[in-house]
Amino acid sequence: MSSAAHLTWFARHEFRLAWREWLAMMTGGRRRRNRAVIGILIFAAALHLPAYAVVGRFADMQFPLDPSSLIVLSATIFLSWALLLSQAIESVTRVFYARADLDLIMSSPVQLTSIFSVRIAAIALTVTGMGLLFSAPFIDVLAYLGGPRWLAGFGLVVALGLSAAAVAITVTVWLFRLIGPSRTRLVAQIVSAIIGAGFVIALQIVAVLSYGTLSRFAVLTSDTAARIAPDPDSLVWWLARAVLGNLNLMLLLVAAALVLLGVVMAVFAPRFADTVVSVAANPAVAARGRARAFRAGSRPQALRWKEFLLLRRDPWLLSQSLMQMLYLVPPALMLWRSFSDSSTAIVLITPVMVMAAGQLAGGLAWLTISGEDAADLVATAPLPPSRVIRAKIEVVLIAIAVIFAPMIIALAFASPLQAVVTAVAVMVVTASAAAIQLWFRAQARRSQFRRRQTSSRIATFAEAFCSIGWAATAALALIIPIAAAVSGILTLMLLAAAWKISPRRD
Amino acid sequence: MTSAPSALAVRGLTKCFDRPAVDALDLTVRVGEFYALLGPNGAGKTTTLRMVAGLLKPDAGSVSILGIDALQDPVGAKQIMAWVSDEPMIYDKLTPLEYLEFVAGLWGVDPRQSETTARDLLVSLGLEQHLNERCEGFSKGMRQKVALAGALVHDPRLIILDEPLTGLDALSARHVKGLLQERVRNGCTVIMTTHILEVAERMADRIGVIAAGKLIAEGTLAELRQQNGRNDTSLEDMFIALVDTEAAAA
Repeated sequence: MSSAAHLTWFARHEFRLAWREWLAMMTGGRRRRNRAVIGILIFAAALHLPAYAVVGRFADMQFPLDPSSLIVLSATIFLSWALLLSQAIESVTRVFYARADLDLIMSSPVQLTSIFSVRIAAIALTVTGMGLLFSAPFIDVLAYLGGPRWLAGFGLVVALGLSAAAVAITVTVWLFRLIGPSRTRLVAQIVSAIIGAGFVIALQIVAVLSYGTLSRFAVLTSDTAARIAPDPDSLVWWLARAVLGNLNLMLLLVAAALVLLGVVMAVFAPRFADTVVSVAANPAVAARGRARAFRAGSRPQALRWKEFLLLRRDPWLLSQSLMQMLYLVPPALMLWRSFSDSSTAIVLITPVMVMAAGQLAGGLAWLTISGEDAADLVATAPLPPSRVIRAKIEVVLIAIAVIFAPMIIALAFASPLQAVVTAVAVMVVTASAAAIQLWFRAQARRSQFRRRQTSSRIATFAEAFCSIGWAATAALALIIPIAAAVSGILTLMLLAAAWKISPRRD
Repeated sequence: MTSAPSALAVRGLTKCFDRPAVDALDLTVRVGEFYALLGPNGAGKTTTLRMVAGLLKPDAGSVSILGIDALQDPVGAKQIMAWVSDEPMIYDKLTPLEYLEFVAGLWGVDPRQSETTARDLLVSLGLEQHLNERCEGFSKGMRQKVALAGALVHDPRLIILDEPLTGLDALSARHVKGLLQERVRNGCTVIMTTHILEVAERMADRIGVIAAGKLIAEGTLAELRQQNGRNDTSLEDMFIALVDTEAAAA
C-alpha cells in the first residue's frame, strides 16, 4: 500500500472510530443505531424552536453596530470558542490515554508522524463537526429570517473549531512537557472545565463586584465597556463582522485557522509520537500510602471510610464532581457583597446553591452507588444490601453537608429565613438526586464516570429537572410562597414519575 | 448419630438466561475438601458458583453452606464464606493493606487480629515490597494476589475461587497453591474452577465435571479413571472424552 493510500485508510479508520464513539455516547452503548440517528435528527430539528426564541429577534442585525451589540456578539463568539477549546482539550487528552489503540499504532510499520497528523486532523474535524451541529439551529434561524448572509456563520464555526483544536494540541503537549504525563490528565481536565465555564463565571464575578447582579450582560452592555471598546474597523471585531455576513473576512479567518492547524500539525505531529512513548515509559508513579494501624469500627463505617478515601484519592473524579462548585463562586461573592449593602438580589443565591447541590449530589451518588469497582466483594460481604446502600447514601449526605454548610451558615448572618429555606432545599435536592441514582443504578467502573449520563437518559433528565424544580421551589418560597407550593408539587410529581418508570429494585 | 453438615450442599439449583445455564444441579462438597469444578466454556461453572456466593439469585433450588440456608440467611452464609473471581476487582486507589483493612472491616474482624493476618498474608504472597503502594500500577498477577489475600483475611471456612491462577506466573501460582493447600490442611474447604487440568489433578481431593449446567461426572481421580474404564488415562483425556460424549448425547 502506498503512503497516501495508508493515510487515507487510516483517516477512514479514525473517522469510523470517532463516529462509533460519538454514537455510543449518544445511545449509551445500546445497538440502536437507526433509532439513535433518527432521535438525533429530531432533537436537532426541535432545537430550532429554542434557537428561534433566543436569536430570532437579532436576524436583522447589520454591520455597523453600536459598541454594546458588538461586545455582546463578540463575547458570545468567544464563549463558543472557549467551549470548543474545552472539548478539544478533552479529546486530545483522551487520544494520549487510549493506550490499547496506541500500542497497536506504535508497533505498526508506518510513519508515526503521518499517522499523528491524521489523528490531529481527526480531532480538529470532530470538534468542528460538534460546533457545526450545535450552531446549525441558530444559524439556520438567522439565515431563514435575515437572509443567506448569515450562512457565513458556518464558515466562522469552522474557523473556531480548527483554531480551538490547534490551541488544544499546543496546550496539551506543553502540559506534557511541563508537568509530565502522570499529572497532565488531571490538569488538562481541570483546564478544560475552567476554560469552558471560566469566561461566564469571570463575567459574573465582574458583574457582582461592579453592579451587584449575577447577570453577565450587565458588564457587556455597560457604559464603561462601550466607552473602552475599539473602533468598529478594529481587528477585535473581525469575528463579529464575519458572522454578520462579511464573506471576505470569513474566508480570511478560515484560511488563518487552517494555516494555524497546519503549523501545529507540522510542529507537533513528530512530538506526538515522543509524547506517547513517554506516557508508555512512565506509568503512573506508584503512590505510597502512610503505614498506620487498622482502625476499629462497624461494617457501615468501613464502607463509609472506603468511599471517602477513594474520593479523596482520585483527584480526577473529585475535580469532575467539584467542577460544578465553580458556579458557586459568583453567588458566594454576591453573598459577601450583601453584607455591605442590603441588596435584594441575594435571593438569587438560593436557587444557584440548590442547583449546584443537586448536580454535585447526583455525581457523588453515582460514584458511591453505581461506581463500585469491587462490586463482587461488597455483594458477598456479610451485611444486608440495604445497609450497604444506606452507608453509601450517608457518604453523599455528609459530603454535601460539608461543602454547603459554610455558605449556608454565612447566609444565616445575612438572612436567617433564607438560610433555613436554602438548607431544607439542599437536603431535599440531595435526597432526590440520591434516590434517582438508586432507582436507576447500573453497576459500572468508577472510570466510566464521564459517561455516566449515557447509561440512563431518563435518570439524567430526571436529575436535572428535579434540581431545577427544587431550585425554583426554594426561590419561590422566598418570594411567592403559594407559587412555591405549586412548584414543589410539580417537582414531587416528576420524582414520582421517575420512580414509576425506573427499573424496580428489591 | 447426626452427621456433620456438608461444606456445600446444592439441590436442584437452576438458573436460566436465554437458555438453561444451570439445570437442576445437585452438588455436595465435604468439609475440609479441596474440590475442583471443571467444565468447558459456558458449562455453567461460574453461574453455579456465583449463585452459591449470593451474587446471583437462582430460579429454583437450595444452597446450604455448612448447614446455613444461604437463600434464607444470606448474611450468615456470607460471614463464613469468601469469593474470588477470575477478574480481580480491587480498588486502584487503595494500598493492599488498606484493601485488606476494608475487607476485614466488612467482615467485622477485630482490627488487632486482622492487621497481623493481613501483613502475614501479603508477605506470604510475595507482596512485602508493595504493602503501602497503591494498587493502580499492579500487574494482573499482583492484583489477583491482593484479591486472594482479601478472601483469606477474615478466615473463611469455605473459599470459592473462579479461575484463581489465571494471569499468575509460575512462582506466584505456586505461592497461591501452597496457601490454599495450607488452608485445606487447617480444615477449610476450597472449591475452585480451573481450566488448568494439571492443577486439578494434583491438588483436588475430588473433581466434578459440569457440562450444559449438569454434573456429568464426579469423584476422586481414581474414581473418575474407574468410571472411564482406563487406569492409565490422564485427567485431560478423561475430561475431553466426557465432554465429547455429553456433547454427542445432546
